[in-house]
Amino acid sequence: MEISIATERCIGAAMCALTAPEVFTQDDDGVSRLLPGGAEGAHGTSVREAARACPVQAITLRGD
Amino acid sequence: MTETSSPPAGSEAPAYPMTRACPYQMPVGYEELRENGPLTKVTLYDGRQVWLVIGNEVGRALFPDPRLSSNVLHPGFPFLAPRIAAQTQQRAAPPLVGVDDPEHARQRRMVIPGFGIRRVSALRPEIERIANGLIDEMLDRGSPAELLSQYALPLPSAVICALLGVPYEDRGYFDERSRQVLSSSGEGAAERARKAFTEILVYLHELVAKKEKQPGDGLVDELIAHQLEEGSVDRDELALICSLLLVSGHETTSNMIALGTVTLLEHPEQLALLRQDDTLLPGAVEELMRFTSIGDVLMRVAAEDIEIAGQTIRAGDGVAMSTMLMNRDPHAWENPDTFDITRSAGRHVAFGYGIHQCIGQNLARAEMEIAFRTLFRRIPNLRVPVRSEELPLNAPYVLQGVAELPVEW
Repeated sequence: MEISIATERCIGAAMCALTAPEVFTQDDDGVSRLLPGGAEGAHGTSVREAARACPVQAITLRGD
Repeated sequence: MTETSSPPAGSEAPAYPMTRACPYQMPVGYEELRENGPLTKVTLYDGRQVWLVIGNEVGRALFPDPRLSSNVLHPGFPFLAPRIAAQTQQRAAPPLVGVDDPEHARQRRMVIPGFGIRRVSALRPEIERIANGLIDEMLDRGSPAELLSQYALPLPSAVICALLGVPYEDRGYFDERSRQVLSSSGEGAAERARKAFTEILVYLHELVAKKEKQPGDGLVDELIAHQLEEGSVDRDELALICSLLLVSGHETTSNMIALGTVTLLEHPEQLALLRQDDTLLPGAVEELMRFTSIGDVLMRVAAEDIEIAGQTIRAGDGVAMSTMLMNRDPHAWENPDTFDITRSAGRHVAFGYGIHQCIGQNLARAEMEIAFRTLFRRIPNLRVPVRSEELPLNAPYVLQGVAELPVEW
């Protein structure tokens, strides 16, 4: 699964890191980031839920 | 969007907002509103009709829509009560909550590092220390007690002061004033709220000046070092943003701790589940947020025409986003009026949704988890001697909560 984060749109709500903590984290500025290697081990359900939970729809998913 | 709705109720648009009879249940009249579909019309105190957003899907589509404005200075911006209208008139828009992007994004970017999950995790031991200290004091004074003033308010108050770097000994100054800003009602409420906010603002102005000379350790100090000194914010705006964070950090969480306690005590089987299994706590907090929806209602104005759910919201129309109706949408949850801490409540909009979603939500989650765990562990036989319907309630147009909460053990 290909995951991209529009970091310029991120508002630091941390819904992604809360919903799929194995994939997403926050940097020191409170902005969402992918964990190193997180995308490879991503479980479809929790990542899809994280994308849906993002209040500004900053997460885009491609592929399975 | 595949949802359709019945036509708006037109001239029969019911009066809004509606009063709660029970502090954690839907107001009387919401049941009927739910039958009007995801979008309907209601009438405000001044006779104006506005759209009321009811459906969870429609709400989650509208909240992030940039055509829906939060700018309180927009001439068409609707107000829930004369007190709120009076408070906002002829004044600068409150930072963060009352402005749109790009101004909102600029302000939010400044403060989000202070509310990140790592920062909040690092604060947890301090929150636990504060919670235990307050319980120690309450137990020393003995039963009966008043939970709001002895626990539910001082806990978030001490935490937001610690986060911002506001001296602990000054916190008493804000407790009463924060409540007046967000939840006062009745005669003279607008004036009281305005005065209280001005006093908090003056205090923060002075605090910023003090910290410029003698830096400390807190978000206010970081903002001075990184934003004020770089010239990306001036002293007035900095003090205003800090005032907003300080006030918001008080009243919201304290109402949730008090209402959450009442809700759990009135659902002993749910409380028993929670006592048996600590891992249910984060889910229980989300369910309490969904179920009680203390931030019902959030107001917006349409900046452009929006076609949604078979209706057209016209530019200039007022829109009332009912977080409680969205959180009790039967299309989004099975038996939405049942309090069930084991359900997946994740789609709730109690913290809002879109660019204005609560900036302190992770701090609030940590505070609630620690507050409930500490309270029910330390005082296992806690009880409220009156039924929740008899507790004094906040007005329907401010944050929902109880004005006081007597407890015994």
